[in-house]
Amino acid sequence: MTSSTPALVSGTGIGQGVAIGVVARMSDPLPPPADSPSTRTQADEAERARTSLRIVARELESRGQAAGGAARDVLEAQAMMAEDPMLSEAIDEALAAGKTAERAVFEAFASFRDQLAAMGGYLGERAADLDDVSQRVIADLGGVPAPGVPSPEHPFVLVARDLAPADTAMLDLDKVLGLVTSDGGPTSHTAILAREKSIVAVVGATDATGLADGTVVILDAASGTVIANPTDQQKADAERRIAERQAAAVAPVTPGALADGTAIPLLANLGSSAGAQAAADAGAEGVGLFRTEFLFLDAGGTAPTIEQQREHYLRLLQAFPGKKVVVRVLDAGADKPLQFLNDAHEENPALGLRGLRALRASEDILREQLTALAQADAATQAELWVMAPMVSTVEETGYFVGLARECGIRTAGVMVEVPSAALLADRVLGRADFASIGTNDLTQYTLAADRMLGSVAALQDPWHPAVLRLVGEVGAAGAAVGKPVGICGEAAADPLLAVVLVGLGATSLSMSTPALTDVRASLLNYTIDEARQLAEIALAADGAAESRAAVAAAALSMKEA
Amino acid sequence: MAERTVRIGSSHGLHARPAKLFTQAASSSGASVTLAKGSGKPVNAASILGVISLGVDHGDYVTLTADGDNAEQVLDDLAELLVTDHDE
Repeated sequence: MTSSTPALVSGTGIGQGVAIGVVARMSDPLPPPADSPSTRTQADEAERARTSLRIVARELESRGQAAGGAARDVLEAQAMMAEDPMLSEAIDEALAAGKTAERAVFEAFASFRDQLAAMGGYLGERAADLDDVSQRVIADLGGVPAPGVPSPEHPFVLVARDLAPADTAMLDLDKVLGLVTSDGGPTSHTAILAREKSIVAVVGATDATGLADGTVVILDAASGTVIANPTDQQKADAERRIAERQAAAVAPVTPGALADGTAIPLLANLGSSAGAQAAADAGAEGVGLFRTEFLFLDAGGTAPTIEQQREHYLRLLQAFPGKKVVVRVLDAGADKPLQFLNDAHEENPALGLRGLRALRASEDILREQLTALAQADAATQAELWVMAPMVSTVEETGYFVGLARECGIRTAGVMVEVPSAALLADRVLGRADFASIGTNDLTQYTLAADRMLGSVAALQDPWHPAVLRLVGEVGAAGAAVGKPVGICGEAAADPLLAVVLVGLGATSLSMSTPALTDVRASLLNYTIDEARQLAEIALAADGAAESRAAVAAAALSMKEA
Repeated sequence: MAERTVRIGSSHGLHARPAKLFTQAASSSGASVTLAKGSGKPVNAASILGVISLGVDHGDYVTLTADGDNAEQVLDDLAELLVTDHDE
């Protein structure tokens, strides 16, 4: 099949990076093997199947050894799937019916796959693991290369439909110059990987299916484009930008600020004290969201004691002397169940007894956590702020702030994740010392789109003007009463959206550590007036895609002017 | 035949890593071991597909059976694995 290579492919860029390199495509899945009767004996077919299953299992194990960590567990589990006794029985049954080894393997895997997929959620994801093993075995039987991620010797730009978690485990990230996917949006697994590892990526680029192996491409995440077969001029331009970014990455980190000097502190989101040093090294000016769930998950069936909690908070606060550390009290619910907090089954966990609602129902746990935090604060030099998740009313705000003060917390605020709290932000901020906007949940609740559900993933986009208008409400309320409004959530890690959020009144931005460099560089390009202009343009759009496109175009013309 | 009913201690249920550890242990025990969730149909405990597809969550009760020379010892070891939290 020959098709002409498209000269320019557009999608959604992740981050601000530029990359240039040679395309290596992820091969397409193998077609289902024909269901025609075998010409071999059943014993021969059984031997062929066993041999290929064993080869694939050993290969997955050795890849697991090489990968280490969590990837090793995934790959070892896949190896066990290949040699699973129940699978082996299903293959034998199909062989007894006169099928080829290829077809028997295909059918046996497919039946287990369908069972898992029907169970959904975590088990549904394992269905993709099973598909991957099935494809490898069928490829081995046919003597063709296994589909999946390529592993050329040279660095490459990976072009794929989308990447499954198992694919990324196999990927040698040192050789990946960039990622291009034809499917998948800004919240896809590929996009999350790209943000985490600071890999240049353009996702959802439909026409990328036309990019052939070996084509030289330039990826420009800032404009969301892929240029195939670039001119010498385009190559030189890309190389200059890559060099500039490398220089910026090693330049001394400065505090977050706009072009006019307006300070916008850049903070880190952390899930345990282990990442504190890396965040400080990357120039985080403190912690904007410290999640405490893991402390409680690790403790097993009971809540950790005040002493256990205090020790952990001490380690965290000691890493940030003189700096702000915002700790979120336990955020659990039926979607993140903790037996001692909420053991009830709920039809709609996102709308149920979660966050502050669940803590209020078990106030002892909340009091103990606040007490441990206050004790750790008193013993260290960091500036501790504490906030409650999933606050939906002014009354809840008053309850939390009152209890926090009673337990010795000096600065107490709330997360704004529910539209009701955003709409009444002036009154919420009348009681709270600060607000921090959780954009992921705010988007979920504003657009009534379950964050966990792939079928409505397109609605989970913080660029939506309805979400931004709510952010603007909180920003305006903060400015009116002179209280800080932070952003924590994926939105703050998007370098252009970060500028819009500042234009809407955000006074600090908190993100995962790898995003700090790009956001810092992006903010330095705009004055506060320009940020406000971009915010107006975003608010005036009809939808998320229009908002993103209009702001990108306006930002480009501002910089060219 | 030996039998034992235990409650799952792993905070993420019998998925992923805990399922792998359990299946590996069951498979290398030499005994013929089955696992059932609640009063459901037992599956071969040496089958990771069988074990995963039970959809066992934290706090669920599961019943183990074993046939073989040292069935009691095998069940003691496997039960210990199931009540421990392996997730970090």
